[in-house]
Amino acid sequence: MFKGTIHKKTALALVVGLVIMLILPNIIPRFYVYLIASILVMALLAMSLNLVVGFGGLFQFHHGVFYGVGAYAIALLLTKTTLPKWICFISAPFAAALAGLIIGLICIRLSKLYFAMIQISLGSLLWALAFRWYGFTGGDDGIHGISMPAALSGVSNSYYFILIIFVLCIIALFLILKSPFGSTLQAARDNEQRCEAIGIFVKRHQLFGIVIASFFAGVAGVLFVVLEGSVFPDLLFWTLSLEILIMCLLGGWFTFAGPIIGAAIMLSLRTSIGIHTEYWTLILGIILALVIFFLPQGVWGYIQEKLKLRKEAVAERGR
Amino acid sequence: MLRVENLINSFGDFKAVNGANLTVENGEIVAVIGPNGAGKTTLFNLITGHLKPDSGRILFKGEDISGLPPYTICKKGIARSFQLLNIFPRLTVFENVQVAVLSQHNRSLNLFRPARNMLIEETNRILKSVGLLDKANEIAGSFSHGDQKILEIAIALGNEPEFLILDEPTAGMSPEETTATMGLVKRLTVEQGLTLLFCEHDIDIVFSTADRIMVMQQGKTIIEGTPDEVRKNEQVQQAYIGGD
Repeated sequence: MFKGTIHKKTALALVVGLVIMLILPNIIPRFYVYLIASILVMALLAMSLNLVVGFGGLFQFHHGVFYGVGAYAIALLLTKTTLPKWICFISAPFAAALAGLIIGLICIRLSKLYFAMIQISLGSLLWALAFRWYGFTGGDDGIHGISMPAALSGVSNSYYFILIIFVLCIIALFLILKSPFGSTLQAARDNEQRCEAIGIFVKRHQLFGIVIASFFAGVAGVLFVVLEGSVFPDLLFWTLSLEILIMCLLGGWFTFAGPIIGAAIMLSLRTSIGIHTEYWTLILGIILALVIFFLPQGVWGYIQEKLKLRKEAVAERGR
Repeated sequence: MLRVENLINSFGDFKAVNGANLTVENGEIVAVIGPNGAGKTTLFNLITGHLKPDSGRILFKGEDISGLPPYTICKKGIARSFQLLNIFPRLTVFENVQVAVLSQHNRSLNLFRPARNMLIEETNRILKSVGLLDKANEIAGSFSHGDQKILEIAIALGNEPEFLILDEPTAGMSPEETTATMGLVKRLTVEQGLTLLFCEHDIDIVFSTADRIMVMQQGKTIIEGTPDEVRKNEQVQQAYIGGD
């Protein structure tokens, strides 16, 4: 399936990385295992966002909603129904995809900032619902102490589950991006008018992109619940959507792996500086400004460019 | 093959196209000429569905296509290039054309197969026919203006059209590039049995390339005829060629 789409050296580095990730819980303190697991959840969420923002060129400004819907869906299914657990786990991402379809159908009629505005309003509506409907969603208290199957409870068990699902989702996202659907989505980002002129129903294509992105956001939501065992309305709040947008920017939004780097930087900063001062966002702001000024393609975009230049230099000397 | 009847389109009070008529038969090369602002590009945008006409009809192979969206019209066999550069700047040259080929083969919604192994031959054949094959892996946005204009045509060919519309295919090109490009366009038309509709500022090119010419002024069709007929027409001489 990957034939010709991935470099041999890159593949090797990925396998080594994965092996290290697999033995990590045995060598580092539990707190750091937990931190890495949260980074993976956020990274998956940011990558799903980047599918529509970086590669789709859409102003998806309230992507957090689909994460929240996925998280609430599994929380409600696990606590309010007696359905088999695996059905709950599988249905939750589809609930997020459905939310993506409904919100997307309304938003896609508009473009650019109007798209963003209507999405923020519709998303805030869902947030208000989760925040106010005490009887069903637990209101601003949220739902706590959601019991997980034994195989998923405890930090290291949930870490392994999150890691496996994360890797599977990343592979799926990668394949989607390299598929005809993915290249057409990027073509529509580059030039919508031209894309219609070559026979593509651009709006339908973009809507499909939103649904796929929402699905993966829903998966991230499920992983969050696996890790934390609770949900609360903040998951649907627009500041979270902004945060993941910043992760994409920080890491580099025209690159595949950028959002992972962005999520890692942001969560590490919050943890390392957050324990010393509550004004950690001030420092984040300064770093972000510097990155945008000096590395406009983001951290990973910059590294990729340097690697490419070095490779070209080597090829040049070899001639 | 294509018939435009009494087409009218206005932006507010301004009638950009105000009674345009055009007939293009199968296999013909037809040029539209006229001074700046005569409504040539608007006419093309109406034919390809980027604009909707206020009134009038556009018949393609006997079917009324006026007001249909661009992607539907494209699937009926009409492809176009644009006057201003209109490519996919962040994709490679190969991908630029491949996206159109994928769309033509209805593969655009395919999710789980790598695109780079699909329809390679078809894409490369088009790149070869326009002479861009050796630059296939370059990022399109870094191309020279002339090459980007050629790429425009290649993207349009990706849809395997029967009917090709080129909006000033040589705009901004040097005289040598212009000659080469028009030679290419003519060759492609013959090779692939295309019907071609184009507009162009260079009068010499128009008269040497086109089988028939339609002259527009202030949104209206003044005359439609063979190059000789058009050359002899007094109104055209006054309005456009300068009446020498």
